[in-house]
Amino acid sequence: MSTPFLTVSPSPHIHSDASVQKLMYGVIIAMIPAMAVSFYVFGIGALFVTLLSVVSCVVVEFALSKYLLKKEPTIVDGSAVITGILLAFNVPSNLPWWAVIIGSIVAIGIGKSAFGGLGNNPFNPALVGRVFLLISFPVQMTSWPVPFVSRFQFLDATTGATPLGELKEGISAGSPVSDLMSEVPSYLYLLAGGMAGSVGEISALALIVGFLYMLWKKIVTWHTPVAMLASIVVFSGMLWMIDPTRFVDPVFHLLTGGIMLGALFMATDYVTSPMTHKGMLIYGAGIGILTIVIRTWGAYPEGVSFAILIMNGVVPLMNKYIKPKRFGIK
Amino acid sequence: MSQTILFTIGSITILGFLAAAILYFIASKFKVYEDPKIDEVEAALPKTNCGGCGHPGCRAFAEACVKADDLADLHCPVGGNPTMKSVAEILGMEVEERDPYVAVVRCSGSFEYREKVNVYDGSPNCTIAHNLYGGDTGCQYGCLGFGECVDACDFEAMYMDEKTGLPVVIQDKCTACNACVTACPRDILELRPMGRKNRRIFVSCINIDKGGAAKKACEVACTGCSKCESECKYDAITIVNYLAYIDADKCKLCRKCAPVCKSNSIHEINFPPRKEKEEKEERVKKERPERVKKDDAIETATLNSPVEVDVIEMVKKANEGESNEPDSDDKA
Amino acid sequence: MSLTINQTKTFPMGGVHPDENKFTADKPIQRLETPGEVAIPISQHIGAPAKPIVEQREKVKIGQVIASSGGFVSANIHASISGIVAKIDKVMDSTGYKRDAIIIKAGKDEQEWAEGIDLSPELVTTISLDQEGIIKKIAEAGIVGLGGATFPSHVKLSVPKGKSAEFLILNGVECEPYLTADHRLMVEKSAEIVVGAKILMKALGVTKTIIGIENNKPDAIQKMAELVATEVGMSVQPLKVQYPQGGEKQLIRAAIQREVPSGGLPIDVGAVVHNVGTAFAVYEAVQKNKPLIERVVTVTGKDIKNPSNFLVRIGTPVGELIEAAGGIPENTGKVISGGPMMGKALNAVDIPIAKGTSGILLIPNEESRRGKMKACIRCSQCVTVCPMGLEPYLLMTLTQKEYFERLESDKVMDCIECGSCSFTCPSDRPLLDYIRLGKKTVASLIRERNN
Repeated sequence: MSTPFLTVSPSPHIHSDASVQKLMYGVIIAMIPAMAVSFYVFGIGALFVTLLSVVSCVVVEFALSKYLLKKEPTIVDGSAVITGILLAFNVPSNLPWWAVIIGSIVAIGIGKSAFGGLGNNPFNPALVGRVFLLISFPVQMTSWPVPFVSRFQFLDATTGATPLGELKEGISAGSPVSDLMSEVPSYLYLLAGGMAGSVGEISALALIVGFLYMLWKKIVTWHTPVAMLASIVVFSGMLWMIDPTRFVDPVFHLLTGGIMLGALFMATDYVTSPMTHKGMLIYGAGIGILTIVIRTWGAYPEGVSFAILIMNGVVPLMNKYIKPKRFGIK
Repeated sequence: MSQTILFTIGSITILGFLAAAILYFIASKFKVYEDPKIDEVEAALPKTNCGGCGHPGCRAFAEACVKADDLADLHCPVGGNPTMKSVAEILGMEVEERDPYVAVVRCSGSFEYREKVNVYDGSPNCTIAHNLYGGDTGCQYGCLGFGECVDACDFEAMYMDEKTGLPVVIQDKCTACNACVTACPRDILELRPMGRKNRRIFVSCINIDKGGAAKKACEVACTGCSKCESECKYDAITIVNYLAYIDADKCKLCRKCAPVCKSNSIHEINFPPRKEKEEKEERVKKERPERVKKDDAIETATLNSPVEVDVIEMVKKANEGESNEPDSDDKA
Repeated sequence: MSLTINQTKTFPMGGVHPDENKFTADKPIQRLETPGEVAIPISQHIGAPAKPIVEQREKVKIGQVIASSGGFVSANIHASISGIVAKIDKVMDSTGYKRDAIIIKAGKDEQEWAEGIDLSPELVTTISLDQEGIIKKIAEAGIVGLGGATFPSHVKLSVPKGKSAEFLILNGVECEPYLTADHRLMVEKSAEIVVGAKILMKALGVTKTIIGIENNKPDAIQKMAELVATEVGMSVQPLKVQYPQGGEKQLIRAAIQREVPSGGLPIDVGAVVHNVGTAFAVYEAVQKNKPLIERVVTVTGKDIKNPSNFLVRIGTPVGELIEAAGGIPENTGKVISGGPMMGKALNAVDIPIAKGTSGILLIPNEESRRGKMKACIRCSQCVTVCPMGLEPYLLMTLTQKEYFERLESDKVMDCIECGSCSFTCPSDRPLLDYIRLGKKTVASLIRERNN
């Protein structure tokens, strides 16, 4: 009998069909509903910003990893595409093109490649890009196109305030919450996505649909989002019960701004979230509380990005000290 | 406005003084007395912290030197005799000169002599492969070729030769710190005396299989034929388990053993080329694989030698090309 | 007859679900023809190698001791064919190294059995030996754990002082994909396994036995449940399919909800686990006086012509089994001794079958290579699937950076090397390779410290 030329390697000799590529493409698929809603609500502006952001993120990633890191570019794994989409999701649909490109360079360059590329970045790259833009170009980053109104315009779109922005201004002007709330559209309308805001954050429903897809495909676990949303409900609920004239109800918090996008897509980012389920719960709860703190007492009307970035910074510590339940150790 | 600035400057200055006072107090209160000689000795050491002396770092070695009654058991292989001499001067002690050592690779089974019999697909790490099985060639003692010794070397005195798949020691850089010897899971590397005029002879094989089996696995394996043993007049060669070993202390570098080795597993380093036996060489060449000439050239490669630069580049390339190479960027 | 089968259980933490691919689940066990030559390694078990007690050219009979146990944690080795000892030489075995083995050439005459071996097929149910006698007999017969760990069985049966066994757990889980050796044994030799279990119970002095079987083997569960229905203290525990349920600690957790403490042994929670194959071997040794000279081996693979379950003599070359199963397919890339998750890849096919070889698996070329390693994306899949609650990603990094103290405090020694982490890693990282390396280094450091 002829002896074949055999391969020898340590066990295990089989591998599951999971791959980085599959996981990343799964996330991209999960973002399609939210994308569709924003294209519908904001029109060509949303489309343009998303496309530009994705293309520039991919180009920056390719260029940096090839010429600066001298690594084999990891474009095919789709992580740069996700960063691009998430960055677009976090900016208004009438953001000038140069701002989008700057955001992409910062997101991929400083947020990711500076740390060594995929898997090594402590902070969510898309949020690094967004916060950089928010601080550098506050005017462009906070002029929100009014939904449905100027779907076929881009830079010259009619702009208005977000529900959160209106609220913040109103409260600091001293008017009671109940008056301000009358100007806000109904919760059902907010759920579907009928509000001014960043490209991807408007429709809680579409984001939830995408998240359910990720859960079904076992791309993410429920821990971080549930902990985050629960802590938001509990914390803002407590404030609301103490003084409903000064604080808004939890449902309003959940449906407006970037909480859903943050909880379901940004906080669940693999690289920047904790490795254990216990850690994920604490991480989620931390983001939730920080978000409400910033929204209620901070200078910005919205605090999800800051909250996630702050908690990102705590993740290495959590990974070091929060261990999974070991078998055979009480 | 100016008041604010003044206040700021004032408060920071006060804070600074306060901190300085606290630091001074703590420093004087918790001062640990240390023999100043330790610092002196440490300054004389090469400060590579390689651990070649058996102590965890140069500081620990310096402490050990200061504590010791005599320096007989203490030796810094990196600094060698000059360093130990200056250490002895500082401490007012005597130290014996020691022969310098160098690491040698006891495997000559390069790609051409050792046929691959299977493919290894695990992590490119010698110990992992060694723990798994005998290796991708028929020889279960020979070099696995993933360069753990090279990684262990702090002095860039080793590199993997891409053509042979074996590590090479650059004699001039090797400090005999023992790092590669401990790193190799197969015990292929050995520290041997540098030898008179840097000349040395050793058996570059550790295959202890019976002659036939060893020969089948590798053309240049020592078969334990004991020809060299009977040729040696100084009893320097012993054969244990079908493997010859040359005792460097007894070896007089007469070069009688190398020509009789049928499989060319006895290596001579830094010797002038043979003259009087040219004819004989010619004759034997036909029957046995060509002598490993390049070894001599490479092992004597100096710091400025272009060979070395080339090959390090090659190794880098090889490392980058490895599919499962962990930390390949670290190395590059 | 109505049967009450317990509710399905499983272990709660981690676990993966590889494709089962049990092609040979309903292939009856075939006895393979006695080979013309066997190479019997003297070290087929954990512990000291046995010492050869036969000389070259000596005549041996089947079942004769040819190498005697080299210590307490060691096992006797018996001749598996009758003939002449050709030589004692180094032979490549499943460890991938050439190690000492006794090579026996079959004589021209009829195969001859050593005296006192009962070859009749009748089931002997009365256990005549006492506790000590049983353990002695098992030690004499050279029985080792046949699930693959090959730990000498008599050592496991000698309960250390101060500890007491409460449960005997029979491992019929066979959670490795492809393998069906234990499954077929449970279906075809169920009565013998039950008697074997009773012998083990007597040896341990326990009154309760749980037979754990994954519910992808309904026929085995049915058969065993029928037989134990009339036995006192025995029950069958169906288990939800999940790898690595066959791991001792996972099985104990699933069957009796007790966690073997970190660094401890099953006896610490009052349990002793034996494989069903071991129970069968114990039956044959104690009731029939037949030492461990043959075992059931599954020969399988996606492209092999006749995947089968063979009863083969220890020392038969793997190649002969593959030949009997229809020859080696041309696109074979890997030959594995054992299952795909924990088995050892062989570097040649002339390696002898040892006591611990539960299967021979042929993997085609296209599936035999690992994927290219990518950067860790910190997806935490490895942490989720680890049945021991470890952090494989961290253990790999710590090993690479040689932080052995942290490796130890992060419980690298608890790793059972099941391979779930490497199996599941989306970045194809060789997690287990490095964890194994770290474990080995830490083990030697601990040994050094204790000395």
